[in-house]
Amino acid sequence: MNRRSFIVFVSLLFFGTALAIDPEPPLEDPAIESAYRELINEVRCLVCQNQTIADSNAPLASDLRREIRKMMEEGVSRVEVIDFLVTRYGDFVLYRPPFQPTTWLLWGAPVLLLGIGVIVFARILRVRMKQPLEEQNSLDEMTL
Amino acid sequence: MWRYLIPISVFVVLAVFLARGLSLNPSYVPSPLVGKPAPEFELPRLKNPEIIVGTRDLAGNVALLNVWATWCVGCREEHGFLVELAEANDLPIYGLNWKDDRSIAMSWLSSLGDPYVASAFDELGEVAIDWGVYGAPETFLLARDGTVLYKHIAPLTREVWTTEFLPRIIAECGTLPCPSVGSE
Repeated sequence: MNRRSFIVFVSLLFFGTALAIDPEPPLEDPAIESAYRELINEVRCLVCQNQTIADSNAPLASDLRREIRKMMEEGVSRVEVIDFLVTRYGDFVLYRPPFQPTTWLLWGAPVLLLGIGVIVFARILRVRMKQPLEEQNSLDEMTL
Repeated sequence: MWRYLIPISVFVVLAVFLARGLSLNPSYVPSPLVGKPAPEFELPRLKNPEIIVGTRDLAGNVALLNVWATWCVGCREEHGFLVELAEANDLPIYGLNWKDDRSIAMSWLSSLGDPYVASAFDELGEVAIDWGVYGAPETFLLARDGTVLYKHIAPLTREVWTTEFLPRIIAECGTLPCPSVGSE
């Protein structure tokens, strides 16, 4: 492999990271810029719902990016921008839904399922421990 | 007994959740604006850019605000019905022309008919964001005091009109055509 094709190969490896959609130049203040980047990666594009507005090139996504940029440049805080979006588009616009009565099941389900798993596991263990030792040994030999 | 009951109940719960998931339309996102005052706006009119159209024009009437664009296939689909509605003259229909080209939009209205009292020209989509618009066509039903009564996402059809809009309009107005505040 000569030098040139090696460089092409290596740069192709990093191709995925160069796929940012936002064509705008970075904001002047690096702190606001990073807050802006972080925020647009948490806002859902309602046109192509499995993409964030940072990933999506839908016209609505670029409009929303422009609005959020403008607001953040004017010094509007992150919480206020999120509030602005939620009052207009609802909680669905957020990739991380807030913890509230309608989402208790959503957030609680993993803990709930883990709990059920632990109970089932404990029961199986208890049943097994009650079995006489000889039976277990013969079972082990059978599997061996 | 438990041996059978547990797997069956797990199955039933899963089946109910999955059946619900299958029957939902994922592209329908309910608007949090329903029941709240409509966002205020002022925009140049599509046909007369020097004249402003906005929330002030809508106030006092039970009115429709229809979000449309010439690039939107569903808008063409519903346009005929909007023209019919405008001819029935039960309530004023306003348009929000969303991210469109002025000259194309004007020729669309002159060739297909213009159901709108006026269309606001939202070239940048800023007012649309304020109204939580995410996919044209969308139709808002507004009360006389400016409250959003209902939002329909997808082309407006006679069926949707009869089942969703008419009952709400009659509840708001009592009769048709809807009397405006001034004429009462």
